[in-house]
Amino acid sequence: MPLDSFVLSSQPTHANNSAAIAATGVHFTYPGTRRSILNGIDLLCPRGKLTAIMGGSGCGKTTLLRLAGGLYLPSQGQLQVLGQDIAQVKGDALLALRKRMGFLFQFGALFTDLTVFENVAFPLREHTELPDAVIADVVHMKLHAVGLRGAAQLLPSQISGGMARRVALARAVALDPELILYDEPFAGLDPVSLGITAQLIRRLNDALGATSIIVSHDVAETFAIADHVVMLSQGKVLAEGTPAQLRANPNAELQQFLLGQADGPVKFHMAAPDYAQQLGVVA
Amino acid sequence: MKTLLQSIGFATRYNAWNALSGLSRYVRFIGLILANSGDSLRRPRLTVTQVHVSGNRSLAIIGVSGLFVGFVLSLQLYTLLARYGSAELAGLAVNLALVRELGPVVTALLFAGRAGTALTAEIGLMKAGDQLTAMSMMGVNPVRRIMTPRFWGGFIAMPLLAAVFSVMGLIGAWIIVVVLVGADSGGFWSQMQANVDWWHDIGQGLLKSVVFGSVVTSIALFIGYESEPTPEGVANATTKTVVISSLAVLALDFILTAFMFSTSK
Repeated sequence: MPLDSFVLSSQPTHANNSAAIAATGVHFTYPGTRRSILNGIDLLCPRGKLTAIMGGSGCGKTTLLRLAGGLYLPSQGQLQVLGQDIAQVKGDALLALRKRMGFLFQFGALFTDLTVFENVAFPLREHTELPDAVIADVVHMKLHAVGLRGAAQLLPSQISGGMARRVALARAVALDPELILYDEPFAGLDPVSLGITAQLIRRLNDALGATSIIVSHDVAETFAIADHVVMLSQGKVLAEGTPAQLRANPNAELQQFLLGQADGPVKFHMAAPDYAQQLGVVA
Repeated sequence: MKTLLQSIGFATRYNAWNALSGLSRYVRFIGLILANSGDSLRRPRLTVTQVHVSGNRSLAIIGVSGLFVGFVLSLQLYTLLARYGSAELAGLAVNLALVRELGPVVTALLFAGRAGTALTAEIGLMKAGDQLTAMSMMGVNPVRRIMTPRFWGGFIAMPLLAAVFSVMGLIGAWIIVVVLVGADSGGFWSQMQANVDWWHDIGQGLLKSVVFGSVVTSIALFIGYESEPTPEGVANATTKTVVISSLAVLALDFILTAFMFSTSK
């Protein structure tokens, strides 16, 4: 199914050689806490490419994505998003920058009081003066692209989690954004939905000429569609490169993650008192 | 002993600091709503929808409560006034009590319990489900798109509901005094016509209901906006809305009444 016909603009307009996201020495600590989540991240996400940010739970992937969306500000360092220093963009200027982005939340974050159709129409109604008939056409195109034109009149409570994710994807690309941020797009999906969603992300990225950043744990699906992979560990970049380069990288922690091994540099168990002693089976 | 006193002192300072900090955030929140009201007024459909949600859906509880308050008040006042040979004043007394005090105050308390908790839960759940963040990520200001129309919806709905409450209360009084007891219908209505003043009675009641509507709605929105994005957080927030807005209504009623009496001399 060619996606070009579902795109508002006929030609990719965002292709240039500079980075869509450029982080330099980014540190981040949540307000009111002491634990540092990001510890000096340096990375470039090239425009027009699909970059995957991977790593174990709590390594700072989602935090990095939210920093890129301007939901938090770096404690230290500089984060450039679409050529603007995110820490310096505030108020209506930040909202204007966000109009150029699409953000797919882990569980969709659909508006529960609106139908699927109205959810996808929401950004169009808010940011354009398009007549209702044109909005309806665009919404149906976007829903067709994610295979859910038939669910247009259903409420989010009447569709499955996987379908909600696809509706959220249609909403995220409703305005043909330059940059699309995906937070765990594959979490909790069945194998069929997972494969469809992964291919959809790749094809939408190519059809829109956009830059996509995916935060994911799913090695197989992510490696199948990503151009560039950044592996995080303890708030730092552990390794980066193409999927093939990462597979060939001998780093033990990276290999433990890619192969899903229980034992390795990263321990499964959190530090705790001796197990046998705690159960009282040792004198 | 010293430790106990120290603990009490620390707790008092901590709670006072929290209350002050919460109040300053609330004032800032009101400022944000007012500053973003222009867009809401340019899109009246958003506000009209909220008048329907806050107002129409509270109509049944307000109407029925008004009727029963009218029943009880007229029974009490008729019995008392008949003892002193002034039974014909029962209608007037019920009217003044409703229009000046009970209409705005009881409506505001019911509004806090019905519409206020619904608003807090709605905003709290939107926050918990990342819907407000999603809106913000789409370049849409949630204060402008979600909070402001709801605030103006409550601002408009509350005086209308207070008027419905008072009218239903008067109908209740008429049923008791005229239909059941058999007092003169002409005397019942003419006493009201002659003695109820547009500004001092109806106008002041209207002013109170506008103030209560703004306060209850803004407190409900603020508490929802600040709630913890968890099931317990939303449940606590709705309880907090009822407690704080009810106390605020009663305190403001005293202040407004005192002010109105002082200016009417």
